[in-house]
Amino acid sequence: MSRLSQVFVDLQSGKRKALIPYVVAGDPSPEGTVSLLHSLVDAGADILELGVPFSDPMSEGAVIQKGHERALANGMSLQRVLGMVAEFRKDNDRTPVVMMGYANPIERFGYETFASASADAGVDGLITVDLPPEEVDGVDGALKAVGLDNIFLISPTTPEPRVQKIVERARGFIYYVAVKGVTGSGQLDTDEVARSVSLIREKTTLPIAVGFGIKDAASASAVAASADAVVVGSALIAEMEQKAHSAEGLEEIQIHGAAVQLLQSIRAGVDSSPS
Amino acid sequence: MTSEVTPELFASVPDQDGRFGRFGGKFVAETLMSALADLEQLYAGLKDDEVFQREFDEDLAHYVGRPSPLYEASRLSDAIGGARILLKREDLNHTGAHKVNNTIGQALLAKYMGKKRVIAETGAGQHGVASATVAARLGLECHVFMGEEDILRQALNVYRMKLLGARVVSVTSGSRTLKDAMNEAMRDWVTNVDDTFYIIGTVAGPHPYPMLVRDFQSVIGREARAQSLTQCGKLPDALVACVGGGSNAIGLFHPFLQDEGVAMYGVEAGGKGLETGEHAAPLSVGSPGVLHGNRTYLMQDDDGQILETHSVSAGLDYPGVGPEHAWLKDIGRVQYVAANDDEALAAFHRLTRVEGIIPALETAHAMAHAEKLAASMSPEQHIVVNLSGRGDKDILTVAALDGIEV
Repeated sequence: MSRLSQVFVDLQSGKRKALIPYVVAGDPSPEGTVSLLHSLVDAGADILELGVPFSDPMSEGAVIQKGHERALANGMSLQRVLGMVAEFRKDNDRTPVVMMGYANPIERFGYETFASASADAGVDGLITVDLPPEEVDGVDGALKAVGLDNIFLISPTTPEPRVQKIVERARGFIYYVAVKGVTGSGQLDTDEVARSVSLIREKTTLPIAVGFGIKDAASASAVAASADAVVVGSALIAEMEQKAHSAEGLEEIQIHGAAVQLLQSIRAGVDSSPS
Repeated sequence: MTSEVTPELFASVPDQDGRFGRFGGKFVAETLMSALADLEQLYAGLKDDEVFQREFDEDLAHYVGRPSPLYEASRLSDAIGGARILLKREDLNHTGAHKVNNTIGQALLAKYMGKKRVIAETGAGQHGVASATVAARLGLECHVFMGEEDILRQALNVYRMKLLGARVVSVTSGSRTLKDAMNEAMRDWVTNVDDTFYIIGTVAGPHPYPMLVRDFQSVIGREARAQSLTQCGKLPDALVACVGGGSNAIGLFHPFLQDEGVAMYGVEAGGKGLETGEHAAPLSVGSPGVLHGNRTYLMQDDDGQILETHSVSAGLDYPGVGPEHAWLKDIGRVQYVAANDDEALAAFHRLTRVEGIIPALETAHAMAHAEKLAASMSPEQHIVVNLSGRGDKDILTVAALDGIEV
């Protein structure tokens, strides 16, 4: 069984929901990313979503855009992200790592080469924002061949017949984008999320993760009432950014601490969800 | 690949998936997919609809002032020697550039879709002005995204847009130019997809945009073809147009693609020289990749990060290019070349002094290549250059480069 499936099976038997933090690889520094990932797991992460920096992150709000810019300024590349996952795997063979990014770095890498390098590094799945089902065949095929999951996105604007087509191809889990908008923006309508999640659930037995617009314990708790997993990204990065600007000469571990603290409180929110 | 080129081929693209050979497509977030499908469906119904086409044609005639003249630049031809040079005067359109042909068409689509808000990206500001203009005319709310750096170098167009009632949004991410303005427009669209129509200004972006914009701009080539036959008694021997995203070029080229005897040259911004890396010439020295919703030639590094571009003209300062151009390059139908900043500036001054026509800096790139080409051809031959825009907006830039304070 894949790491992703195993996590969801384990959670279900314990009647817990999954928590998925997102950070950008190489932000705030490439040296600190692996240790940040371990800290997030210690703070209650069940799955890690690792952002692959891109020069033109079209679906990101201002907070995550800056994360991508910092990471690139730090000399990050897709190759280095894979190196970080391999490094993380030396001490953790249990927590799934899903990479999230944009098509062009993968195109440049070459689909097959990328898929096998990802498998070798210990990556479990891939979310590519600008590869909708119509454009994903090449990457999806290459990932499938090495046993990795391409994670499909469904949004509030996805019509029902299209939801059906997407779930038929999906593996690992479904990622429901909770708001029309970029990451970290928008007002979360948890009733709407619950309705959409239950519509998707009628069509698939795959776990459903919800992301975009979840900022704190309360919103995480509300979403966890219907979803199987809650994704939180911008809020963690904003917290680290604020911490980094709060004082001169902070150690990176202190900056990580801000994200860890928020994730712990979100963990508590998810665990107290009324579902 | 050139052996497979048949007349039917040009009518066959894009295919139903929005592909021009291996280029094009719909590389966007899931949230936008249904909006693109709606647009595609609407346009499929209107494309050959008489009422829609009549409305479009009437707007072009009475609001834009079409047809634009095909003017023979005799004094320039005399100065250079070789082939006759004719200028397709898109600079005489309302708002001063070819951009308005497309914004008229897309604004009509917005009206048919009942959208109350339009957004646009702009580099030099010509597409922003053309969008703000049609929005004012139709009473639509208009937001124009423009890179911070372009706002500085195109202050006049920024004020024009504001006069027209548009909100100009300064984009401070990335390289702060056209590509980042397009990112930001996409972000706005994904956020306001229910009530907003995105008027893309060039033949790039996700399907169906490259096709829509091409169809609306093809009026340039249709007119030029008929005018050439009337005025010169034959088709042109060559066409020349500048290429940033490539909308004025595709507009001129497309109606001639099946005419085998017509050579075509797309002129990219060579910036400080292709060998310096400081340019905006993805077709000349780039490689295929995915950006802004389509697969095309890009300026990128080995990691697939998009590179910053340089051009004296804000409108050509873009690291990608329309997917149909990428395909036309691959099949060998169009030759893509580059003119650098200095060559464009020299051509700007020459046209201004010899013909009394001040071209946009973008257009000056096409002029620079046309001069070289004409010199290598015979007096029985003629070239049509797309004079895509007028240069009023660039006067302060040129003055600064010449060390003159206005």
